[in-house]
Amino acid sequence: MTDLWGGLYAAARLLITLDPDLIEIALRSLRVTLSALAIACVIALPLAALLAVRRFRLRRATIAILNALMGLPPVVVGLVVYVLLSRAGPLGVLGLLFTPTAMIIAQVIIIVPLVASIAHQSLRELWAEYHDLLISLDTTQRQRIATLLWDGRRSLLTAALAGFGRAIGEVGAIMVVGGNIDHATRVMTTAIALETGKGNFALALGLGFVLIALAIAVNLAIHWLSRTERGQQW
Amino acid sequence: MVEMLPLVATGVTVTRRGKRLIGPVDLNIEGDGVTVVIGPNGAGKTTLLQALHGITRLNAGTVRWACPATQARRAQAFVFQTPVMLRRSVLENLIYPLRAGGMARKAALALGREWCGRIGLGAAEGRPATVLSRGEKQKLAIARALIIEPAVLFLDEPSASLDGGATREVETLIETAAKGGTRVILSTHDMGQARRLARDAVFLLRGRVHERGPAPEFFHSPGTAQARAFLAGDIVE
Ligand SMILES: Nc1ncnc2c1ncn2[C@@H]1O[C@H](COP(=O)(O)OP(=O)(O)OP(=O)(O)O)[C@@H](O)[C@H]1O
Ligand SMILES: [Mg+2]
Repeated sequence: MTDLWGGLYAAARLLITLDPDLIEIALRSLRVTLSALAIACVIALPLAALLAVRRFRLRRATIAILNALMGLPPVVVGLVVYVLLSRAGPLGVLGLLFTPTAMIIAQVIIIVPLVASIAHQSLRELWAEYHDLLISLDTTQRQRIATLLWDGRRSLLTAALAGFGRAIGEVGAIMVVGGNIDHATRVMTTAIALETGKGNFALALGLGFVLIALAIAVNLAIHWLSRTERGQQW
Repeated sequence: MVEMLPLVATGVTVTRRGKRLIGPVDLNIEGDGVTVVIGPNGAGKTTLLQALHGITRLNAGTVRWACPATQARRAQAFVFQTPVMLRRSVLENLIYPLRAGGMARKAALALGREWCGRIGLGAAEGRPATVLSRGEKQKLAIARALIIEPAVLFLDEPSASLDGGATREVETLIETAAKGGTRVILSTHDMGQARRLARDAVFLLRGRVHERGPAPEFFHSPGTAQARAFLAGDIVE
């Protein structure tokens, strides 16, 4: 219990003093996660729409694989990315290991299946509703996908936020590929792991509370933005 | 408007899960005005309209228009038994087919506003279409079909579960379109509506065209016992 209070105290102090190290790693956390999320959405959302509108032979298999990949152990993803990016690996020449880019790559791999699965669930329902009309209007596949993505944007936001939540709190993969290097690849979660390892529970907890606050703030901000964009509920 | 009639359906058959839903149906549609498709529930009216429109896979037979198939497709519109409302505003729903067909947004919006007014939804153009009343939804769906000035318009029970006033508005839209040169093919359970609108009638029974004829004669003195019974309000199976 005293650790918890100590944690709250540490969190408050970090925030009030605008601790420069805290600001640095918090911003890096946000930058890595939001970049990964943006890339993952660009891949996952059109994929989800395509899976909804198009009947092709491997469709069921693809969906099953996506669902299975949702449960990918992050540390294994990290390991695979590590091997690919390591000096001796196939992508070693790029020199990306232990950089934020490597962390973004790992996070993209982790959240694409999650975002695509959740998005597909809701787009499939929307497609069932729209199917007859869009077929009758002789729309192209592109138009169908664009229509689903636009009209389903609210539920897609939920999918994106789920991806954000998974990425911002992820530690296993980015620890492996990022290396938790101070002033280079240290982010909130790896810093927490480090401080916990060192026995600095108060500081670790303090960072933890700040991380939670950050996640909530981003969620609220995105919801608020989407609400002001259009006053009505669909 | 493209010259797409006559429409010639030959041996059209639709089978699903081993069950024959319609067919073989031979049907010619030409001239102008309104063709009304009637028949008991499950007779295959919806299936037939969708087969003619080309959105149902045929298991046998052909549907031929007087123009190439791709051209014919773009000159048709279909209003479904339960209107499909896009989760957008009334105006955005109206201009969707125009935009999908490549019309510039500005021109589409102008035309959309005009139609909003025409169906009495001028003040509601910004409202989500999904919150409209049943009658308003149906008018919107018909306007969205008519906005592309189709040569042929299919309507599947356009006034099912509408009250008298809404039914009259819907019928006015249909009649205006027909007078403007749109060939209309509609199914209905409302015999009053069938009599009011029809130039000719198709009586469907168990997936086949049981009787076909020009409107006044068909309604006045149908040639088959089943059609007579159906028009008299008896239960025909
Ligand atoms: N996809 C399908 N698979 C199996 N049976 C179907 C399918 N679609 C329609 N049917 C069946 O085909 C028959 C004809 O249906 P259809 O909807 O064309 O009739 P309808 O004349 O429009 O009836 P209603 O007046 O009730 O609208 C019905 O018995 C229906 O249950
Ligand atoms: Mg029907």
